Amino acid sequence: MNATELRQEAPETGVTSGPCAIHIDGVAQVFRRDDTETHAIEKIDLSIAAGEFISVVGPSGCGKSTLMRIVSGLLAPTTGRVLIDGRPVNGPYTDLGIVFQSPVLLDWRTILGNVLLQVELRRRSPGDYVERGHALLDAVGLGDFHDRYPHELSGGMQQRAAICRALIHDPPLLLMDEPFGALDALTREQMRIDLEELWLSSRKTVIFITHSIDEAVLLSDRVVVMSPRPGRIERTLTIDLPRPRGLEARHLPRFTEIVEEITGIFLSRGVLRRGRSALAGVKAKR
Amino acid sequence: MSRRMQRVIAATRGWRDGIIGFTVLFLVWEVSAHVFKIPKYILPPPTVIWADLMKRYPRMIDAAIATTSEIVMGFAIAIVVSIPLAVIVSYSRPIERAIFPILIALQIIPKIAIAPLFIVWFGFGLMPKLLLVFLLSFFPILVSSITGLKSVPRDILDLARSTGSTELMVFRKIRLPHSLPSIFTGLKVAATLATTAAIVAEFVASDRGLGYMLLEFNGNLETGMVFATVIGLSLIGIVLYAMVEFVERNVVSWHVSQRDAPEKQLIGS
Repeated sequence: MNATELRQEAPETGVTSGPCAIHIDGVAQVFRRDDTETHAIEKIDLSIAAGEFISVVGPSGCGKSTLMRIVSGLLAPTTGRVLIDGRPVNGPYTDLGIVFQSPVLLDWRTILGNVLLQVELRRRSPGDYVERGHALLDAVGLGDFHDRYPHELSGGMQQRAAICRALIHDPPLLLMDEPFGALDALTREQMRIDLEELWLSSRKTVIFITHSIDEAVLLSDRVVVMSPRPGRIERTLTIDLPRPRGLEARHLPRFTEIVEEITGIFLSRGVLRRGRSALAGVKAKR
Repeated sequence: MSRRMQRVIAATRGWRDGIIGFTVLFLVWEVSAHVFKIPKYILPPPTVIWADLMKRYPRMIDAAIATTSEIVMGFAIAIVVSIPLAVIVSYSRPIERAIFPILIALQIIPKIAIAPLFIVWFGFGLMPKLLLVFLLSFFPILVSSITGLKSVPRDILDLARSTGSTELMVFRKIRLPHSLPSIFTGLKVAATLATTAAIVAEFVASDRGLGYMLLEFNGNLETGMVFATVIGLSLIGIVLYAMVEFVERNVVSWHVSQRDAPEKQLIGS
């Protein structure tokens, strides 16, 4: 991905475009169905600095996605509140871009048309964004496919388009809910590297939800480890690996250390179970 | 060769094979009618049907126009009523809960069985026929439209909400186009039912149309003309269906069901 191309500004819209700080304040979510109550998440407090890349890792069903929906204002929490740049979130927060696990592109629109949907729904003139749309698609390697339809592209390419759609209006906040979850391992690795470059060039605030420990560690400034349901924050780790991390960071002993630390948390919580291993007791090389 | 050319050739190939199939069918029919000396009032050979049709077609054209207008008008009313109703139902659960039992009850009543009642209510003429065509084609359009309108993935609606878009715009840009393939499925089912409904209505309120003629020919054992009428009716049904399909192909050309060659399915990975 060519980072310089992405510095191209979105057309002037009067929307503030600095990265934003998020305050999650005692947020809990209880879902009621008939007589049963499900505690999806339980009292979460978290402050995210402007321009920070933060990952949330946890087992399936720990309320990661619920947390993301609450931050985006799509879901009102049962208790607690979310503040973005000091203002409480009531109802859908619009100054953001969202990427879901599946690309959810519209079948009847071309790839560029799908990217521009974001600005059309925001009642801005899509014409003003065509150039930026092309630049974004070029940057993720889809430049030649802008006039194709989603079904003509592979899953990885569709997901790249979905990321462009989340970035076209240059939002200060990017929410990503397991965006690489449905991709094959190689594509996933490449997308991860591309995303880091993209973030380094634009420094948006990013909340990245995943259940890959490696991915979380390689991408983030901080990793939030969540417990199984009801989701609580088990630990928050600061990732002090140098940037850009690219492909190489995997070989750093510090990387292994952090991954082991997180793995240890999941082991102690019963999310992971230590199987038999010939390497039991062997520590990673320093 | 351009993609368009390839499609035209592929289409004519389909036609050619179809024509060969029908030719063989008619030949076998013609030959066996003569060889086995089947009486004309039981199964007339195609040549006899053709000859009968040539003698009597002016009267049939008038009847066909009457039947066609019943079908088209009834079908049009069904579209105009059921699609907006589907939109209302898809937005409001209380309305859905209130209306659906009534609709299901309406659908379960064998409408053909209550057709005679329509004559008591509305007399002969256009009205009972329109009503039956409408009733039979209404339900499939409504149900498939609701299905389409309600099956928009939650994520894309969440995306739309996060843009602060108006519901009208979401409807125009996402919900409606998303539901078009289902709506057309309903329209195609309804198109075939509409033809059946018109004929049945003409059987019951026999004062005009191809259904009425069919009864008359059958009563006189003019079996050749019965066949000719059935063919005429089938043509009306096929043309209506083909028109719906033509519109579908142009409106939802992007949908899976409309995609042609597998070679353009996947590029890269």
